[in-house]
Parts: sequence; C-alpha cells; structure tokens
Amino acid sequence: MPTAPAGTLYRGREGMWSWVAHRVTGVLIFFFLLVHVLDTALVRVSPEAYNAAIGTYQTPIMGLGEAGLVAAIVFHAFNGIRILLVDFWAKGPKYQKVMLWVVVGLFVVTMAGFLPRHLMNVFGGGH
Amino acid sequence: MAHGTAAVAKLDSPRSPYVRRKTTRGNYELYSWVFMRASGVVLIVLIFGHLFVNLMVGDGVHAIDFGFVGGKWANPLWQVWDLLMLWLAMIHGTNGVRTIINDYATRDLTRGILKGLLLLAFAVVVVLGTLVIFTFDPCPPDAPAELLASFCTA
Ligand code: HEM
Ligand code: HEM
Repeated sequence: MPTAPAGTLYRGREGMWSWVAHRVTGVLIFFFLLVHVLDTALVRVSPEAYNAAIGTYQTPIMGLGEAGLVAAIVFHAFNGIRILLVDFWAKGPKYQKVMLWVVVGLFVVTMAGFLPRHLMNVFGGGH
Repeated sequence: MAHGTAAVAKLDSPRSPYVRRKTTRGNYELYSWVFMRASGVVLIVLIFGHLFVNLMVGDGVHAIDFGFVGGKWANPLWQVWDLLMLWLAMIHGTNGVRTIINDYATRDLTRGILKGLLLLAFAVVVVLGTLVIFTFDPCPPDAPAELLASFCTA
C-alpha cells in the first residue's frame, strides 16, 4: 500500500470540497441507518418499547438532529446526481463547478421547504 | 476460410494488435462503480418518499408510534418499499464505506479488521431488518388496544 500521495492534480476548490462533503455525509447516513434499523426492530419487542425509543426522537434536540440528517441526505442525493452527470454526460466534466452551485441552490430550496414544517412539528407544541 | 486465417496469423507476427491485459482480479470494482450510481438513483425516490411520509405529512415525527408503523406495514406497498430501501441503502452504504476504508487504512491488518466489522454490521442489520418487516405483528394479543392501529380492534 502506498503512503499518502504527495502532490495530486485534484486538490482544493469545488471539486475536492464537494467530494469531501459527499464522503462525510455518506458515512453519517450509514451510521444513522445502522442505529435506525435497530430502533425500528423494537416493534418486535413490544409496542411500549418501540414508543419509548421513538419518543426520544420527538424531543427538540433530536428534532435538530433530524434536520441535520435530512440536510446530509439532501446534499448527498443532489450531489450524487451531479456525480452521475459528470460521469455520463459528455459536457459533465466541463460544467462540474456550475453544477455544484446548482446543487447548492436546490439544497437551499429543498431545505427552505422542509425546515419550517419540520421545526413547527418539533417545537410547535405537538404532544 | 483456412486461407484467410493464415493471412491474419501472418500479419500478427510483426505488429500484433493491442491486447488488453487480462484482469487478474475480476470486474468487481467496475460492477460496484455501476451499482453505486444505479442504486443512488433509486434511493433518491425511496428515501425522499420515506422522509416525506414520516416527517412532512400530518404531524410529522410526532405522529410516529407503534400504531403508525402497524398502519404502514399493513400495506404491502410500504413493506416492499422499506425492504428495497433497506437492502439498497445498506449495500450502497457498505460498499461506500469499504472504499473509504481502502483509502485510509494502509496497514493490512487494520484494513482486514475494519472490513470484517463492516461485513458483520451489514449482515446483522440486513437480516434483522428483513425479519422485522416480515414477522411484524401489528396487533400483538397482550398489548393495550390504545397503542395499536385502529384496525386491530375493529
Ligand atoms: C429522521 C428521519 C426518519 C424517520 C423519522 C424515520 C422513521 C421510520 C419509521 C417510523 C419506520 C418504520 C416503518 C415505516 O414507517 O416505513 C422506518 C423504517 C425504516 N427506515 Fe426510516 N426514518 C427516517 C430516516 C430514514 C433514512 C434517512 C433512511 C435511509 C437511509 C431510513 C431507512 C429506513 C429503513 C430501511 C426502514 C425499514 C427498517 C426495517 O427493515 O426494519 N429512514 N423509519
Ligand atoms: C439519496 C440517494 C443517494 C444517491 C443519489 C447517492 C449517490 C452516490 C454516488 C453517485 C456515490 C459515488 C460513488 C463514487 O464516487 O464512486 C455515492 C457514494 C457514497 N454513498 Fe451514496 N447516494 C445516496 C444515498 C446514500 C445512503 C442512504 C448512504 C448510506 C447508507 C450513502 C452512503 C455513501 C457512501 C459511504 C459513499 C462513499 C463515498 C466516497 O467513497 O467518498 N449514500 N453515493
């Protein structure tokens, strides 16, 4: 196995940072999913056990965590499409930077649709 | 026919055409590259749908309890939806983390251990999640009725 590469062509700027963000969000979602399947499995234990676990998802702190998770997924998903376009669309590599800003724009729009509603559910009384 | 073959063989000797080096490790990395892209497209639909129904409709997270899950999994559509989402997300995520381990864990032993743990986590979660979807009983007989989906008492 070689050690850390000394100088690569692919350093800094949009290309690298979007790759870092894609990687970090991917790992984050993966670990969430491991826990998520375990907590959902409590439906096989008893209704009380499941409700107690899911009750912790309904607190304000977890509500913010859910917002972060959704943000991670929305970025990973939209940037995933960008990766697809870079790989399969002839002009993809040429427009990779522009497409990153399109991803960021779509991200902002999607979160603007999601956040108010979710935060109202989390902080707006509920049960 | 025989004549033609002989002619080709003759051309071969001075300048044999480019022959691709035979891969020694199979095409696993190629298939995994394709799979990451194909599964990604399907996962967008599955996960966005999941998040929309569970977080945006009605009271969002506040509506989720045992009865909510009972109501959803009474419908085969959501059973298949969740099953596909479970398998695709787990294979996609596991394969992605495998790449990351390959990138950063340079010692053979460390890499082996991390990949072993990853495979174990994958197997446990996929088997457990699949069993949960198919063995789930929305109306356990000894549970208080107010915790269950409405169709249990009907
Ligand atoms: C905060 C956001 C989330 C909430 C509140 C939530 C809630 C739930 C609930 C209530 C269930 C039970 C069945 C159903 O409703 O379909 C479930 C199952 C499931 N969720 Fe989520 N979920 C969230 C995010 C995610 C994400 C991001 C993923 C994928 C990466 C995911 C993957 C799954 C899977 C695979 C199952 C089936 C589990 C099994 O087979 O036992 N969920 N989720
Ligand atoms: C929402 C739909 C999703 C899309 C469109 C998507 C798309 C992609 C794409 C195109 C790649 C690139 C792989 C490469 O560069 O060869 C990737 C990597 C990855 N994805 Fe996803 N993905 C999605 C959901 C998920 C989920 C649910 C998880 C976690 C369970 C996940 C975890 C990862 C990881 C860990 C990587 C590896 C990152 C790296 O190697 O730097 N993704 N994804």
